[in-house]
Amino acid sequence: MKQLRGFIRKEFHHIFRDSRTMLILFGIPIIQLLLFGYVITTEIKDARIAILDKSHDEVTREITHKLLSSGYFRLDAMLDNEGQIDNIFRQGNIKEVVVFEQNFGKKLERDGKADVQVITDASDPNTAQLLSNYTNAIVQDYLQKKFVNYKIPLEIKPQVRMLFNESLMGAFTYVPGTMALILILISAMMTSITIVREKEMGTMEILLVSPLKSHHIIIGKVAPYLILSILNALIIIGMGYLIFGVPVRGSFILLMFVVIVYILLALSLGILISTISDSQVKAMFVSVMILMLPTILLSGFIYPIDNMPVALQVFSNIMPARWFIEAVKAVMLKGVGTGYIWKQILIMTGMTILFLGISVKKFKLRLE
Amino acid sequence: MISAENIEKSYGEVKALRGVSLEVKEGELFGLIGPDGAGKTSLIRILVTLLKPDKGSATVNQLDVVDDFRKLRKQIGYMPGRFSLYPDLSVEENMTFFATVFGTTIEENYHLVKDIYQQIEPFKERLAGRLSGGMKQKLALSCALIHAPKVLVLDEPTTGVDAVSRKEFWEMLKRLQKMGITILVSTPYMDEANLCDRVALIQDGNILTINTPERVTQNHESILWAVRSDNMYLCIRDLRKHPGVKTVFGFGEFLHITLRDNTISPTALEKYLKERCHTNIAINPIEPGIEDVFMDLMQKHDN
Amino acid sequence: MENENTVIRVRDLVKKFGQFVADDHLSFDVYKGEIFGFLGANGAGKTTAIRMLCGLLEPTSGELTVAGLDGFKQREAIKRRIGYMSQKFSLYEDLTVNENIRLFAGIYGIPTHIRKEKTEELLEKLELGSARKKLVRDLPLGWKQKLAFSLAIIHDPSIVFLDEPSGGVDPVTRRRFWDLIYEAAHEGITVFVTTHYMDEAEYCHRVAIMSAGKIVALDTPKALKKEWDATSMDGVFLKLARSNE
Repeated sequence: MKQLRGFIRKEFHHIFRDSRTMLILFGIPIIQLLLFGYVITTEIKDARIAILDKSHDEVTREITHKLLSSGYFRLDAMLDNEGQIDNIFRQGNIKEVVVFEQNFGKKLERDGKADVQVITDASDPNTAQLLSNYTNAIVQDYLQKKFVNYKIPLEIKPQVRMLFNESLMGAFTYVPGTMALILILISAMMTSITIVREKEMGTMEILLVSPLKSHHIIIGKVAPYLILSILNALIIIGMGYLIFGVPVRGSFILLMFVVIVYILLALSLGILISTISDSQVKAMFVSVMILMLPTILLSGFIYPIDNMPVALQVFSNIMPARWFIEAVKAVMLKGVGTGYIWKQILIMTGMTILFLGISVKKFKLRLE
Repeated sequence: MISAENIEKSYGEVKALRGVSLEVKEGELFGLIGPDGAGKTSLIRILVTLLKPDKGSATVNQLDVVDDFRKLRKQIGYMPGRFSLYPDLSVEENMTFFATVFGTTIEENYHLVKDIYQQIEPFKERLAGRLSGGMKQKLALSCALIHAPKVLVLDEPTTGVDAVSRKEFWEMLKRLQKMGITILVSTPYMDEANLCDRVALIQDGNILTINTPERVTQNHESILWAVRSDNMYLCIRDLRKHPGVKTVFGFGEFLHITLRDNTISPTALEKYLKERCHTNIAINPIEPGIEDVFMDLMQKHDN
Repeated sequence: MENENTVIRVRDLVKKFGQFVADDHLSFDVYKGEIFGFLGANGAGKTTAIRMLCGLLEPTSGELTVAGLDGFKQREAIKRRIGYMSQKFSLYEDLTVNENIRLFAGIYGIPTHIRKEKTEELLEKLELGSARKKLVRDLPLGWKQKLAFSLAIIHDPSIVFLDEPSGGVDPVTRRRFWDLIYEAAHEGITVFVTTHYMDEAEYCHRVAIMSAGKIVALDTPKALKKEWDATSMDGVFLKLARSNE
């Protein structure tokens, strides 16, 4: 136990004394999140919209007025027919078109239900998402106040269409995605590099000749990164909440449990990489090629899995990040409990055991 | 203390060791001497349990290097060929770390390393990577000794180190030997053979001879002559042309030559050189050194 | 002692890095066809000095002439007139012997029509004909060494610099290598060797010993050994180092 503590202390010395490691550990997560934050505009002001009012009744006029007086929107054009919508979007000046169906007010009073169509330019998906959310909120707000004493619950059904990017990626997916990426980067790449560095420097020779057992070496190497990765996950969740308003709707403990399961998975991958690499460059290369790029491209982080060719969809099943993102989204955004994500947790645990098993088999007690 | 029997080791096509046997007695300072690629490192790594031999067996302190490797690892102090400490840890942190790893403390075995460690103690806060070559070595040696090993195995500790540090290092080894530690040390420098109790000359995976340094040179068969003249290059060429001359090798300011079954006398040889316009010729018999013997054995082995 | 045979002329050569004086007023001459040894412990200033002599580094002050060229203003020209071989051999390990020869011949601007002839000549001299299609990394260390040296002088430079050329090889291979060096010197190429293997110093015609940025001794090995009452250069070096402490 004392040996292990000494080993872990040494690892922390390595980490804290290397400015590059520190940068990767704490600089990259923050920079990456802020970069996404820069891309995601959370403030909407004077967004130019067009309105196609096929009804021209009191209700639609009042809703239009509400929208335009909210400060979020500015009227660019009143349209006469649907044929103009496509054109006006292509000109690129406006962000959103709101379409009221015919006899909007009458329908609402008669059926308690009316349709408003919100069409947004989703080539900037985050803005599009926000605009439609704002529009929606304003319409609902109007309804509640106007028909406060009405007997049956009224409903305006906004039909949101995201033009140019139908399968919109919501702003909220960035936080789970970034977390998936950062954790695999830190846990897998950094652990594999730090183990391989001992091989490169020749210190592994001395460690092997010492009475240390291989699990001492592995735990000693991995423990600091487990702690730092958890810290990182907390930073990302905290920044996501404070800066971008990404909520944690489900149980925080469950969320951290998922995070830790994923970190352990990434660490076991790191150990596995270290057993097959003999140089830091190779470990880095393997980490980037088989972990980072597929994580970004195939985990559903950037490109929705449903839109992938079938072969890649099948392939994405073996991406650890895919299961992690699914589970984290479910807990953070949908607020579900363990019952809904046991499958993801089970898959990640299985992968961890598999990788650890192979690593322990491959980790050599001698040089070869 | 150390015993190796008929050890073979290959890396793919390359044969590193071709049946090596040796014995190191308790308390001995034993030198393994040979050039790069002779098999020194492979043999040492097998003895410290880092490699498995393909064939043959070895024991250190009666423990088998393959079967009892866990027990054995606690008893061996090993200093690998490259500087193998953590450059980003301070002198003291390196020492503490290796002490902890071996389940001991600096204080417990301080008497063993005191001599050596005192010389670097003033710099104990300094990062190991910023030490000079000689100091790095002292630190590495201190770390290898911290768990009071019975056997100390050093792989080329003096390679790439300047003459002054080399001399100091051997003095340290001598002192450790007096404390009862058995020492196996490898080196490519032939001149260091004389500092060992016994040496094994190794070349191309074979042991050429094992003996005390004195015996090694005494066993040299042919008479050796040291020759010099003003133009050494032409002297080499002319000597090689002479049928009675067997070998000609440059040795600093002299050429060391052996003659074929003493077919030609030194006086005749001097005359031969004079005829070829050499000036300031001197031909004298000399005692062979380890390097002469090594070259002789090496060529015999090749034939 | 100055004459037309002076290939390297150094007077009061100083190199400073900020406040740190790496080389402190070095003065010496190296003559044509001489094997000149340059010794010193790590950090004594050897590497800095060699870099200035090779035209890689501009001196801070003093005078420096290499092969008749000025060490301040004509550094590019110096680089073309010298050969250089380091411990790491500067050969391309993943190219064959032939390819390496062709490459270096090309780098040094050997005209195409004599390149082939030169290659054959070299392969024959090194007895490497049978290995011409082999990758350099598969050659024994001694062969690499000889090939690297021959390529360093393929353009018939006035001087060749050898940076710790022969550590660790077996004694026979080492002698064969020195045979090549002697031959080059005999043909008029000046050989400038840095090393911290003292036994290698014995092969040099003259040696300079550096310590803490200064040249503390310069003479033939024989004279140095006599002066310091030592049987080997190792002994000279030890006594010098002690006297400087």
